[in-house]
Formats: sequence, C-alpha cells, structure tokens
Amino acid sequence: MALAEVKQSATQARLMALTLPESGCLKAARQAALSRVQTMGLPSRRDEYWKYTKPDTLVQAEAPKAAVFHAEEDPMFNAFERLNIVFVDGVFDAEASDDLDLEGLTIDRIEDICCKDIHWAKDLYGVLEARGQTPVERPLAALNTAFATDGVAIRVTGKVSKPINFTYVHSDENSDAILHHVIRVESGAEVTVLENGPAASRFNKCMEIDIADGGKLHLVRAQGRDHERRAATHLFARLGKESVFKSFTLTVNGVLTRNEAVIELTGDDAVAHIAGACVGDGDFHHDDTVFITHDAVNCESRQVFKKVLRNGATGVFQGKILVKEGAQKTDGYQISQSLLLDEDSQFLAKPELEIYADDVACSHGSTSGAIDEEGLFYLRSRGVDKADATDLMTLAFLAEAVDEIEDPEIAADIVSRLEGWLARRR
Amino acid sequence: MAALDQTQVKEGVDQETVDAVREVGGAYKYGWETDIEMEYAPKGLTPDIVRLISEKNEEPEWMTEWRLAAYERWLQKEEPDWAMVDYPEIDFQDQYYYARPKSMEVKPKSLDEVDPKLLATYEKLGIPLKEQMILAGVEGAGETPEEGRKVAVDAVFDSVSVGTTFQKELKEAGVIFCSISEAIKEHPELVKKYLGSVVPVSDNFYATLNSAVFSDGSFVYVPPGVRCPMELSTYFRINAENTGQFERTLIIADKGSYVSYLEGCTAPQRDTSQLHAAVVEIIVEEDAEVKYSTVQNWYPGDENGKGGIYNFVTKRADCRGDRAKVMWTQVETGSAVTWKYPSCILRGDDSQGEFYSIAITNNYQQADTGTKMVHLGKNTKSRIVSKGISAGKAQNTYRGLVSMHPKAKNSRNYTQCDSLLIGDKCGAHTVPYIEVKNNSSRVEHEATTSKVDDDQLFYCRQRGMDEEEAVALVVNGFCKDVLQALPMEFAMEAQQLVAISLEGSVG
Repeated sequence: MALAEVKQSATQARLMALTLPESGCLKAARQAALSRVQTMGLPSRRDEYWKYTKPDTLVQAEAPKAAVFHAEEDPMFNAFERLNIVFVDGVFDAEASDDLDLEGLTIDRIEDICCKDIHWAKDLYGVLEARGQTPVERPLAALNTAFATDGVAIRVTGKVSKPINFTYVHSDENSDAILHHVIRVESGAEVTVLENGPAASRFNKCMEIDIADGGKLHLVRAQGRDHERRAATHLFARLGKESVFKSFTLTVNGVLTRNEAVIELTGDDAVAHIAGACVGDGDFHHDDTVFITHDAVNCESRQVFKKVLRNGATGVFQGKILVKEGAQKTDGYQISQSLLLDEDSQFLAKPELEIYADDVACSHGSTSGAIDEEGLFYLRSRGVDKADATDLMTLAFLAEAVDEIEDPEIAADIVSRLEGWLARRR
Repeated sequence: MAALDQTQVKEGVDQETVDAVREVGGAYKYGWETDIEMEYAPKGLTPDIVRLISEKNEEPEWMTEWRLAAYERWLQKEEPDWAMVDYPEIDFQDQYYYARPKSMEVKPKSLDEVDPKLLATYEKLGIPLKEQMILAGVEGAGETPEEGRKVAVDAVFDSVSVGTTFQKELKEAGVIFCSISEAIKEHPELVKKYLGSVVPVSDNFYATLNSAVFSDGSFVYVPPGVRCPMELSTYFRINAENTGQFERTLIIADKGSYVSYLEGCTAPQRDTSQLHAAVVEIIVEEDAEVKYSTVQNWYPGDENGKGGIYNFVTKRADCRGDRAKVMWTQVETGSAVTWKYPSCILRGDDSQGEFYSIAITNNYQQADTGTKMVHLGKNTKSRIVSKGISAGKAQNTYRGLVSMHPKAKNSRNYTQCDSLLIGDKCGAHTVPYIEVKNNSSRVEHEATTSKVDDDQLFYCRQRGMDEEEAVALVVNGFCKDVLQALPMEFAMEAQQLVAISLEGSVG
C-alpha cells in the first residue's frame, strides 16, 4: 500500500470509533474540524513533524491500557485557595467541583453551550486551532475540536481573586478522554489557571486561549504521575496588544507525552513565556513542540525547556520562532537543555528560527550532556555526599525553567514535587 | 544590486559589511561566454543517453551497468521538497546531459595540444592552465619566493575535463590526480572499490541522477604516508546553454596522508536557469587528513531573479580510520538556488570533522545549506561555524544535523550559526537537528553573539576594553578563523568577505 493509503486507512479506523457529539452553535466548528482531519489524515511516523515521536498509540482506535496510579502525598496545588473544576476520566464531576461562580469570570460547560444557539464561545471554539494548522498541520488538535466530549468555556472580565484549578482524575484503566477548553481574557483582565492530573489512560486535550489587549493569563500545569498514561495536548494562544501569557508545565512520568504550544503574538508589545521541566525515568518519552509566531512590533517571547532523563528515557524538543515581515524589534529567546543521567537516555532536538525582519534579536541555544563533573567535585570537596550533590546539581539545572513561574507558592510546590521524584530514586 | 542600494540598513550594521556584500553581489564578473563549437548529446534522459555518455568516456562495461542501475533507481525517486527553496519545476527531459567542445573529440595528449580558445577561457577566469608557480591574480604573487606554492589544476569545461596540470610531478610523489573518466580507465580497481561507497547510488534524488549521468570530474588518490606536495584544485565552468553539469569527484586519502583540495566554479550570464548536480565523495583513512575548500560562484541570476544556476550538490566525507580528519570550508556567493550539505561521517575513533561556511545571498537568491556531523566512533570531535548573510529579497537557511550515536562515547560537538539580514525584505533561517544518544558526549548549539567565550572576554576586559569592544574583537577574530581556514589561492575572494562583521546579527 502506498503511504497515503496507509495513512488514510489509519485515519478512517480512528474516526470509525468516534461519533460527533450534539453541538448546537458549535456544530459548524466541529464539522469543519472533522473535514480538516479527513483532509490531513492523522499523524504517522513518516511525517517530518513526528520525526522523533511515534504517534501510533495516540492515533490508534483503542486507547492502550494504563494502570491507575495512587500517589501517597497530597494532590498538587492543594495547599492554596482555588476554584476547583474536576474531571474524572474526561467527564465533568459536579459533586467534586466547586460552585462555578466567581467574581470576574463566567464558566460554562461545552455540553451546555451545545444546546444554545448563541454563545460567545462560538467565535473562539476551533478558531485558533484552525489558524494553528498552518504552516504545520496538527491533525490531533482538529480531531479534538471535532470530537471533544467535555470541557469548559471561561470568559474572564476582571481581576480574578483566586486561581482556577482543573483536576483531571484517572480512574479507569481503559479510559480515552478528549477535552476542549476555551478561555477568553478580556481587555485588562487577569487570571491564573492551574491544571493537574493524568486525566485518562489516553488524554487528548486542546486549550484555546484568546487574550485581549492588556490581558494576562498565567498557566501552570502538572501532568500526573501515572507511569503508563499517554497524552497529546495542544495549547493555542493569541495575544493582543500589551498582553501577557506565561505558561509552565511539569511532566513527571508517563509513557508518552506530546505537548504542543502554538502561540501567536498579534498585538504590539505582547509578552509570551513558555517553560517546561520534565523528569523521566525508564520507559518515558516526552516531546515539547512549540511554534511561536511574531506578527507585531516590539514583542517578546521566551522558551525555556529543561529535561532530566535516566534509564533509557527520551526527551524531544522541537521549537520554532517565526518572525514575520514587519515584526521589528522582536526579542525572541529559546533554550532547550537536557541532562542525561546515564548512558541509555537520549535527547533529540530541532530548535528552529525563521526570520523575515531585520531589526530583531533572536537567539537559541541547545545543549546536552552528563552532569558536570567539576561541579560535583566542588560540592563533594565541601563535604556533600555524592547522591546529595547529584540531586542538588539536578535541581539547579531545572531551576531556570521553574523560575519562570511567577507565584512563589506555586513554584515551591513544583520544586517539592521534583525533590520527591529525586528522593524516590535514591 | 539596485535592491541593496535602496535598502535602509538598520542601525548597528557595520557599513563595511554592507559594502562588502554589495561588492560580492555586484556585477557578475564571470558572466561572459566562450564562443566555441560544441558537440551535444540529444536532449532528454533515457537509457540510451546514459549509454552514450558511458561510450563517449570510453568506459568499461561494469561502469555502464553501474550507471544504468542508477538510472533505474532515479526513475523511482521523488524530487526532495523539504528545503526552504522555491523554484519552478525542472523539466529533466528538456536538458542536455552531455556537451563537449568539438576540439576535445580526440583527447589532447598534453596541455600544449588543447584548443587555445579553451586555454584562453581559463586564463580569463584567472586559472591559467600552465604549470606555473601560483595562480595569476593572487595578490602578493610577486612577493612569493620562486620555490613558492604550486597548485595542480584539473579544468572541467561543461561535460569534459580539459586538462590536468603537474600530473608528472605528482606522479613522482605517488599521487594520482586526473579526471574521473581517466581514472575509470587507468585505475579501475580504485574506482570500483570506492565509487559510491560514501554517497550510495540511491542516496538522494540528485545523487542518483548524478550517478547515472556524471560526465567528468576529478579523481585523487594519495598513497599511505604521502603528504601531497602541492595543493590540488578543480575548476568547473559551465558554458553551453540548456546543459546540466554533473561532475563527480572522488578523493581517497590513504593511511597517514594529507591533501588540500580546492574547488571553484563559474558560469555565463543567461536568462534561463541551468542545473548543476554534483557528487563529491571523500574517503579518509587512518591518520589521514583532507581539507576541501570551495568558492562557489555560479551565476546567481539577475536582480529580478531571472536565470542562474540551480546548485544541488551532495558532498560527504567518510573518516574511516582512527584519527582521520576532514575539514570543509565553503564560501557560497553564487547560484540562484543552493541545496548543499557537505557532511562528515566520523566512523573512526578520535576522528575529527570541521565545517566552516559563509553563505551570502542577494537579490532573489536562495540558499539552503549546512552540514551533517554523524558521530559513530569514540572521542570524535566536530565543529560547525556557519555565517549566513542575506540581502535584497534573498532567503538564507542553515540546515544541519549533529548526531551522537550510542557508541560515540566522549564525543564533542560545537555548533555556532549566525545570520545577518541586510534590509527588511530578506529572510534568515536556522534548522538544526540535534540527536544525542549517549551521555558522555557534549553537544552545544548556539546562535548568539553574546555567548562568546567568557575567558576571552574576561581577558580583553581586564586589558581595559569595554564589553562591546571585547565582544567585537573576539567575534571578528572568530570570523577570520573561518577565512583563514581557506587556502591562499582563495585569498582574493575571501578578502572581500573579511570586512563582514557580526554586529546586528540575529542568531
């Protein structure tokens, strides 16, 4: 069979297992997304954009089984005040969730929007995802738009007093969840969004974020400790004038994770920071794929990705900065680094720049290697034992990414999780 | 060059740099044509044409078979489309695959018998085919002592090698330097052993095409322990219209030998584009060293993007033995479209690969160039320094791969690629692939001017320079490193580039 045919039949097999949900005012968006998937076909190993990550298990009709993991310590972000929204295996759990009522924002379930004819989310659902399909195709995101079974639409109109916290519980070892959230931050509004948990055995999540002029959104997520889970997440963000978007992702364990972020800076003086720290041990494949488009003057973007890998774990980074013609005074920075704790682990990177404006400062760096022997020696000569010194150096390596989190309490929670991971591997 | 004259140059970009680029991209000096009677094979590509080329070169049967097998493979291959270059579809049946001057029908026995028109052509290009001390036109030639540097030249005109100088003297040293067609006849055992062993027949679309129809090129064999007594060079000239040039170069440096090889290329100014698809294979055995330098100056097309050479080249060196060393240096100023990735396979332990490149594009030129460093052996080292400069409406892309295999313990790579944009209508792009599969190797990729060596900066600052001066000094010193890696014969062209600074560079 020719390659195209193989792809087509794999796509058909996956689509057969799904049904388009009732959609009301989102019907057009879902159908358009479905036809995008049919035209593009789902990703295959031969796709350049999937060069370093095998999409097979993300694409196949049935989700592979994943054992549910029971952690001993407190759930993430438990210590601070927040508005809880809980999904169990991709289904909204009203009982476990808080009252979805908070000053400065409105929250609606996608399911509820689907019975309405008019809703603001109609102008956002699937819109940024569709924009994000060029120049690189992201079929799994289009699949999500078409078939998402749940999710929320959040409209932020003022400064919100506490973070919104999504907790994704995994309880069924055969679960296959598709969630789609849309968030609109109005002019001058501000919100912090937290996400944690593995969500399902296989999780396909899409989040579309539209930030109007002067709006701010902070996103911090932790992807859950289940060893066998798989996830493909997409984050689409469009930034207006002087708006700020900051995101940090912590990935600990998981057999396969692909996190795509597609950020478009469309208003002058906008700022986007995308950071990630991942620690992987053994059967672990983590892929950060980022595409940042500068389409306005004087914008700043920053990508900081750190990966600690051991026991044959694999880390992937594909990052691109596109500076369009006329996007002068752009400040783009990108760093991807990996610390390989043993001989078997590997790091694969493709840090790209595509620049069509001459008055810009864009830089990227990528390094990979073992722990610095001299640093270790220094610490040991000061009486620190080898295991402590290694952990200290590892945390210091990850610090540059963790430092991207603005809230010190959240950052401290993240650091304690990283310390826990290291301590369990003594 | 009108485009560049009107361009508002951003503050901070050194005027000297702009002038140098203007100079380099200025009126194409080699755009004239030699009026000479030519003999063509019929247009188009068929097995008969492949056989005809083989026949014209008086090749043995095995070579004809090799070509035909390549042709069969080529039919199944698809033209690559991943490079960031854009050009109208090439009609491979609307090309001449073989063209030679009529006067070359009977191969001249020595340079004295070569058609004076041909000799004059090379004279005009600054490459006189006389066994003189050094090439004309090199500044400071007069000061060179009589026992100065010698350069042997193999001159290729369209599809045939016109002549090779200093063959006798080289022979005394044991070095074989001749055209590849001659080598197929005289040294079949060497050609059989090495041809296609670095770039396999089916490597890529253009390499496969080349394997089927290559007409001439150079062959070098340096025996064990021999340091080649002079620099070797090949000068490629495309003259005939609608003719593709497909040359094949094979360089073998046996154990403990050394050779430095230079390559230059030009073509006349024409409205239609022409195809050039070459393959260069280098085999470096234990303790041997090869330096390969190119000044690529094919006709780049006019300021409206009309005409110019499509340069689709596969170059690869295989460091087979331990401690083998290879160094690629390239100055790319010509061609309408460049698609070229000189690569190193570091198979032997402690082997080394280096890649130094300056690519300058102007008007509507497009360059997608870079290197591959494949680390297979232990303690292997590689270094990549690439500077891309874009002006007018040109697009300049660095595309590279650094791969550390699990067995390549304790290997090192350092990559630096900087780009400079002159004007706001051009583009500069970087597409590096980094694959690290063991943890004792270190790979560093950077593309910033601020990340110059801290120790050197500290040293400069300690001596009273301010930060900016110190950075400028270190960076300029670095750029000169690339140029100094070029042999003296390329000094002329390189000199124009020395003024290029990296101020205002964009990573």
